[in-house]
Amino acid sequence: MLADTALAVMWIGLTCYALFGGADFGAGVWDLLAGGARRGASQRRLIEHSIGPIWEANHVWLIFVVVLLWSGFSPVFAAVMSTLYLPLTLSALGIIARGAAFAFRKASTELWQRRLFGACFAVSSLVTPFFLGAVAGGVASGRVPAGLARGDVITSWLNPTSVLGGVLAVLACAHLAAVYLCADADREGDPELARVFARRAVASGLASGAVALAGIAVLHVDAPQLFHGLTHRALPLVLLSTVSGVVGLGLLIRRRHVAARGAAALAVAAILWAWGAAQYPAMLIGSLTVDRAASQPAVLSACLIVLACGAVLLIPSLWLLYGTFQRAHTAEAPSTHGRTAP
Amino acid sequence: MNAIAVGSAPWPVVLLARAATEGDLSAARAQMGFSLAWHIVVACLGVGLPALTLLAEWLGIRRNDAALKLLARRWARAMGVLFAVGAVSGTILSFEMGLLWPGLMGRFGQVIGLPFALEGIAFFIEAIFLGIYLYAWDRLPPRRHLLTGIPIVIAGTASAFFVVCANAWMNQPRGFTLRDGKVVHVDPWAAMLNPASPPQTVHMILAAFMVASFLTAAVYAVALLRGRRDAYHKAGFAIPFTVGAVVAPFQIVVGDWVARFLADYQPVKLAAIEGVYRTGSHIPLTIGGVAGQDGLKYGLEIPDGLSLLIGYRTDTVVKGLDQVPRSQWPPVTGVHWAFDLMVAVGFFLLALGLWLFLAWWRTRRSGGELLDRRGSRLLLVLVALAGPASVVALESGWSVTELGRQPWIVWGVMSVRDAVNPAPGLMVGLWLVLVVYAAMTAATVYVLRRLARGTAIPAAPQEADVREYPVV
Repeated sequence: MLADTALAVMWIGLTCYALFGGADFGAGVWDLLAGGARRGASQRRLIEHSIGPIWEANHVWLIFVVVLLWSGFSPVFAAVMSTLYLPLTLSALGIIARGAAFAFRKASTELWQRRLFGACFAVSSLVTPFFLGAVAGGVASGRVPAGLARGDVITSWLNPTSVLGGVLAVLACAHLAAVYLCADADREGDPELARVFARRAVASGLASGAVALAGIAVLHVDAPQLFHGLTHRALPLVLLSTVSGVVGLGLLIRRRHVAARGAAALAVAAILWAWGAAQYPAMLIGSLTVDRAASQPAVLSACLIVLACGAVLLIPSLWLLYGTFQRAHTAEAPSTHGRTAP
Repeated sequence: MNAIAVGSAPWPVVLLARAATEGDLSAARAQMGFSLAWHIVVACLGVGLPALTLLAEWLGIRRNDAALKLLARRWARAMGVLFAVGAVSGTILSFEMGLLWPGLMGRFGQVIGLPFALEGIAFFIEAIFLGIYLYAWDRLPPRRHLLTGIPIVIAGTASAFFVVCANAWMNQPRGFTLRDGKVVHVDPWAAMLNPASPPQTVHMILAAFMVASFLTAAVYAVALLRGRRDAYHKAGFAIPFTVGAVVAPFQIVVGDWVARFLADYQPVKLAAIEGVYRTGSHIPLTIGGVAGQDGLKYGLEIPDGLSLLIGYRTDTVVKGLDQVPRSQWPPVTGVHWAFDLMVAVGFFLLALGLWLFLAWWRTRRSGGELLDRRGSRLLLVLVALAGPASVVALESGWSVTELGRQPWIVWGVMSVRDAVNPAPGLMVGLWLVLVVYAAMTAATVYVLRRLARGTAIPAAPQEADVREYPVV
């Protein structure tokens, strides 16, 4: 029971990382595709403006998941990290390049610097979710056995399910970002930009759907256990994801951008929970279940209590953060605050 | 693995097909050491710089001083860059715990999970309020903006505390029982609050404030030396230097506490630090020297010095390295020199602080400007050196605690060799990390230098009004 709770809390963290951190990666993907310096300037400005204040907080969800995995399920952490060390090292480097380059670009004024750092930021925004998705694919297809580096260091992440996971992760991130940016553009009073991102949101949504459909065949052949789980126990969640994905596209077309955010987020979250439900109670398919992998009750309860106390501090803080920056600019009077004549 | 097939394969495959070697262990150690040594500097700035920035902002608001307000803005921009690279380089460390040391994490991850969970919360709060502090500067009234900075300082210090608690556990592993190699009866609170936690965390947090203060002061000392003697640069010099000068004496006392703690709890580490081979009384304090077969050679010896320092009596018995077999000795020369270097810099910084207070006191009595006094040029030169010197002290202190723990990853319980990832090809990771960090270092230094440069402050969209602040 305690172990299941810890797992659920970790999965909530993973969902938050996908929905918030994932969208920041997706924004980087659109930054990459925004076009030349002049044509893409308004898009890049919106992207920078939207993710600037929040990406670091969003990134912490990943640390949250990593720490909870090693505290709550140490053997799983050791097995996953040691077998999949290559894609994880690559995604770690991607995380470095993305975050650092984004901060550097913001602090630069000259075009060539902004281009260089921007390219670094954008490419790593594409690469990082791919590798993280590939890691998920390796775990979900049962290629990570318990123990230290017992799996194949190459085929554990270069395989059909991992490629599917990687591509789907990139598309989902891009879709989330495009949907979120629509409403951001509305708030900034730029309906033209909102239309641009709405088109991209629809395109990436359709692409995600197509890849997911093709994925059914891939999983049937490559990951039979996961396939069985997704088509049986997790089927309601898969259907929920499909329906909310379609509803989201409809809302986008009808320019209900804020509501579309909810639908898109639900579609992505439902897929993550479908994966979890499909493979439960196995954490490493074929070798470790939740109960066998779980840390001792004293550890789990200490971590959960600490996190509950932390949530009391964090939820209002996050509310303040998003509230501060999601409010419309025009509602404030920035002309007088914080300035003092020298 | 078939040798012929490997021979014809492209090189990455060859590297990965080899079994893990001794070189992989060295590569893992080098990668962890390098990324930690890199992160620790940025992390110290992340803990200390917000406090300096808030101090400048608060003084600026109180005195309605444009120079101080501009200073706060400048530091905040540097803070934004440093926090970003600190956040990502810290994330890599949490990955590397598993990528490089799965043996440690698989067995003891649950024992040291709690401080990391707490650190995660603290870091979350830090990131949230940093976002608000940096981006809502003009959206909030000045005093309320100042308030949003306070959680950054508290959470930054707290996350340093929690992370160092986890490191302290590696020196003083508590809160679990090993039964047939399996970890049982875990008490995560006892693990986190182990005997090494109080001295180590206090020492580290003070070090963070010292490094941030002296590095910042050094930047403005250089500017003052170049003749930019305006209110802005003077304040940029005086505020951090004063903070560093106040912290330095406390750090000396705390350092003494840490050494005394080692004498009681980790005597082998202290013996390596001081180069004490044989247990005995009337042990001298040796400065410098090289580790030989049966003692430090060519060092400067102060008779009975160590015995006096540890127990205030010349006949205090100090335990030597002879308590453990030679295979369990830390690298004596390296640990000893790193320690001496740290102590030397510590006293240098202490002396600079005393100089500042003396000069300040004299200026108050006889009037005039602090920086117009005789010898103030030398003071500026020394403070300019104190910045890099404080980083040297930080790194060498870190080396003392990490090298002094060798060959153990968990003192007396698990060796580094048993913790390393057995997967082949760890060397590849090391090279990748070195390349990426080299690029990141160059870019960080470049961007920070640009931010520090005289007049042109790049105006990000959220800081359009910065242009209206002239350099005073």
